[in-house]
Order: sequence, then structure tokens, then C-alpha cells
Amino acid sequence: MSKKDAPAKEVAKTSDQPKKRLFNVEKRFGYTMHEIWTHKMSYGLVAPFFILFITFSLLPLLASLYLSFCYWNILQSPVFTGWQNYRYLFVDDSLFLKAFSNTLYYAIIVGPTAYIASYFFAWFINQVPKKIRPLYTLAFYAPSLTSSIAMAVVWGVMFSNDSTGYLNSLLLKLNIISDPVQWTQDVHWIMPVGIIVALWSSLGTGFLSFVAGFTNVDKELYDAAAVDGVTSRFQRLLYVDIPQTMPQLLFAAVLQITGSLSVGGTLAGHPTPEDAGLTVMLHLSDYSGTRFEVGYASAIAVVLSLLIFGLGRAAFKILSDKG
Amino acid sequence: MLRVDQVDVDYLKRAKKRKDYAGRVIIVLLALAGMVSMLPLVYLVSTAFKPPEELFLYPPRFFVSNPTLDNFKMLSQVTANSLVPFTRYLFNTVLITVAYLFFLVWVNTMACYPLSKHTFPGKKFLFNMVTYSLMFIASAAGIPLYLIITGLHLDNTYLVFVIPGLANSTALFLMKQFMDQVPNEIFEAGKIDGASEWQLYTKIALPLLKNAQATIIILCFGGIWNESGTSTTYIYKEQLRSLGFFMSTIGGGIARQGVAGVTALIMTFPSIIIFVIQQSRVMDTMAHSGIK
Repeated sequence: MSKKDAPAKEVAKTSDQPKKRLFNVEKRFGYTMHEIWTHKMSYGLVAPFFILFITFSLLPLLASLYLSFCYWNILQSPVFTGWQNYRYLFVDDSLFLKAFSNTLYYAIIVGPTAYIASYFFAWFINQVPKKIRPLYTLAFYAPSLTSSIAMAVVWGVMFSNDSTGYLNSLLLKLNIISDPVQWTQDVHWIMPVGIIVALWSSLGTGFLSFVAGFTNVDKELYDAAAVDGVTSRFQRLLYVDIPQTMPQLLFAAVLQITGSLSVGGTLAGHPTPEDAGLTVMLHLSDYSGTRFEVGYASAIAVVLSLLIFGLGRAAFKILSDKG
Repeated sequence: MLRVDQVDVDYLKRAKKRKDYAGRVIIVLLALAGMVSMLPLVYLVSTAFKPPEELFLYPPRFFVSNPTLDNFKMLSQVTANSLVPFTRYLFNTVLITVAYLFFLVWVNTMACYPLSKHTFPGKKFLFNMVTYSLMFIASAAGIPLYLIITGLHLDNTYLVFVIPGLANSTALFLMKQFMDQVPNEIFEAGKIDGASEWQLYTKIALPLLKNAQATIIILCFGGIWNESGTSTTYIYKEQLRSLGFFMSTIGGGIARQGVAGVTALIMTFPSIIIFVIQQSRVMDTMAHSGIK
């Protein structure tokens, strides 16, 4: 990738010279090689990363983009079918719409809630004395370090469908319900339960980024703001902390958008009654892993990726001048 | 100038005199919230040490009253019947975790230095690619990735756990942002003293990146330690599969609740311990994590 990119730069560099030179292939090639040789150290150091990145991230992504216009069942070679997958996706696949609305429901609640909670818990942590901050940080961050196996154990018992489950036995005792609620079988509860579990472990990398970002805010700015009449904590948050943590806000927003839209299975597992817990990622894996309709699965992946990229761009526009 | 200083001092004096009630309320409320956040983890520990009669109590009880090590013994009984001894899975996971983290640090450290401190054609393009790939969903392109991995004959080897995940854009992003805040003057001073490009990297950049390296180890440890998907997809030889895979096969079933608790404890606690030990280093790195 780095080698391909070099000629473009070379054009820019020689643009003020006579135009004829641009067409001198021999010289141009020589110049490119020379340019690469001068920066051999830089290219050498980034090469391992980008070779691996292209092989295992970019190439599969580009292949998916192409395959989304094909019919392919892995056994035979792909057949180009144009927009057919996309037409089926938006017009005929009612299950996709179900998966999409479930995913949006999840993402609209978990995404902003987790993002705002991360910011405010981090901000509150920044208000406590420095010595006890690490303890508080650990208490809030530990849930996201929990393995998925552990999550299933803890929440499985909490939301157990019979009367021995913690929540059911508590609600029965308080006479709020008369029969145990089928938390992971009832179509009305599958997504809410999934959302609660997700929220518990939602203070992740973005949260750490905020905690660290706040400690980085120059303390002199508080004094300067005090001179301008900013005295209360909340005024300081508004006029100093938020503007100073913009880069972290953008980083966390990007991670949050990607994380909440690419949600897979919930606590209820897969498949769920009436597909109440079906998400776009689960729908995708049904087609790629179970039915081997790779072309169609790729179209789903492309649609989801475009949604994430679009929202990511919007986050860049709002939170950074880079736009 | 004098006036400004005067106001400053007055403000600070007043602030010191005024008792910070809001601050105390925050400490208490945050402690309560933190306890709620930790509850499921406390439950996990408690379950792992519960004797059978307490596991099936009705109504269920949160804390253990007579802790035992029965569940740990039961785990070793369960594993006695498995195809491959438990220790083999443990060995596999320790091996792939160490190898993965070692090369992850190596690859990302190498890449972050020129992206931050050198100027070369294509640098901006490469870094933008990394920033945008924060929005990639890796699992969305599963089948093409599968074909690439099997095409390179990485399946059924330990390498499949290590190599495909090495180019981690979050890790590179964090390391590059960390490198950015190291002043360029250090490297210029090194150049004046006659250091070669290679020496600038090994003698100056590498020691400065220690905290960032610790951070990406923590962020990536959980993923590789709990690894089970790769074992299912790419490994057919039981003796090469990981602990996470094995643990995911024995969990489940109400009768094995205690064993599942022990399993969960084994899978979760190494991550937490590593975080506790390295927390200050992580904070140092994350402070520069923003997208500028």
C-alpha cells in the first residue's frame, strides 16, 4: 500500500516543474524508488503492521464488498448478480427488517446511555481525591473485563426463568408478580434483558479514555475560568472539561457507535422465540455460517458497515474540526 | 497582571475555607454506585465457593455461608473425562496468550514510531486508514477471512490464534497518539549526538513507549485469554484447542452451576489482576487517546 501511494505524492512534489516530466516513465519510476529508498526505515517499520492489516482486515472487507453483488455458495464460483442481494434485503427479507429494528432498538438505548454514563462516571471519578481514584475506576471498569462465560453465569441466574432465579424470587416475594417471568423466553423481555446486561458492562475503553482525559485537563484552566466567574463544578464541566476532552469524546463515540451497532447475541441466546432477540450480526452469521449464502451475508455486512461509517463520519463532523 | 493574581489567590483561599459538601456527596454516591457495579462479580466469587446445598437453596442466597473448595475439585473431575487433559488446554492458552501479546506489542510499537515521528509519502493516508478501521466490524467478513486463513494454511496450528489478530487498529491508534505527545526535541537532540535512525528508535522511542505497551496488553489480554471462536472455526485437533473453548463446552446446566462459577472465575480474574497491577500505566496512555 505504501509503495502504491508514493507516485501520487511525487506528482504533487513535481507539479511546479515542466509538465513533460510527468510522462517520463523511467525518471518517474526512478524517483519513486529513490523516494522509497530514502524512507526505507519508515516503510520497513510500518510494513509488518500494514501487510497483516491488508491481509486480514482490508482484503476480507473488499472481498465482501465485491461478493455482495454476487450469488455464492462457496462450492461453486461466485456469479455476478448485480443489485439483486440488496433488492432482496430491503424488499423481500422481512427477517432482516426485524433484525434491523432489534439492532436499532438496542443501539439507540445502549449507545447513548453507555456513552453518557461513561462520561459522567469518569467526570465524577475526577472529582474524588486522587488517592482513591484507582479504586473507583476499577469498580466501574471491572464489569467490562468480565469474560462472556462469566456474564452468562451471573446473569443466567439473575434472570433465570423459573422461580429460583434471583429476580423472579424477589418479585414473587414482594407480590409484584404471581408467576415467574420468562425473562429469556418472553418476546417482550428478551431485548430489555439483553440491554440491561449490556449496560452493566458498558463502561469500557471509552470510559478509561475519559477518566484519563480528565486528569489531563490543565488545572490552571480552572483558575483562569474562576477569574471569569466560573466557580461551580457544573460550570467548570461546561466551560472547561467538555471543550478540553473533545478528542476523547470523539474516540469514545467512534468505539461506541461501532460496538453498539455490531451487537451479536443477547443473554437469551440464538435462535429466540419469534426472533425477538435477532440482531443484524446474528442474521448475517445465519446466512454466512449456516446457509452458506455468502453473497447475501456480504450485502448485510456492507449495509451495516455503511451505517456505522455514516454515523462515524457524523461524529467526526460534530466533535472534530477534521470533519 | 497583579490584579489577576490577586483574584486567583482570593479565589483559592475562599475555596479552601468553604467546605466542599458536594464533593463529599459525590464520594459517597459514587461508592454506592461502584458497589452495585461490582455486585455481579462478588456473586461470581461467592458462587464459586458455595457447597451444593447452598447452590440450590430456595429462595436463593447471594453470599456463601460455608465456603468450600468442592467446586474446584468437581472441575478437575469433569476434566478427568475430557479427551485432552485440562492442563493441555491451560498450556495452549498460556502459550498463545504470551505469543500473541508479545508480537502484538512488537508489530504495533514498530508501526507507531514512524507514523508519529517520521515524514514519508503516504503517512497520512496510512494513519487515516487506521483511524477509519476503528469502525470496521471484523466478524462481518468472516467467510473471506476464513478463505484467506485456510489458503495460507494457518488452520490447525497455533499460528491461527496469533497472526490474524496482530494488526489491531485500536492498539496502533493508542500507541501512535501516545507517541505524538513525546516532544520531537528529544529525537532532534539524539540526532545531533550522532545517533542513527535505528538507534533513535531502539534507544529513545522504545523505552518511552513502555506505558503504552502495558495498555495494549491489558486491553487485548481478555480477548485472547477467553478465546474460543478461533478454536471452533479453525482447529480440528482437540489438543490444540484453547481453555476458553473448553470452558464454554462444560458450562451450562443447573447441576453444574458451581463448576460454571469456578470456570467463570478462572476466565475473568487474570484480566482484573493485570488491570490492577498496570492501572497507572494505562491511565498515562489513555490520557492521550483522543482523536485530534
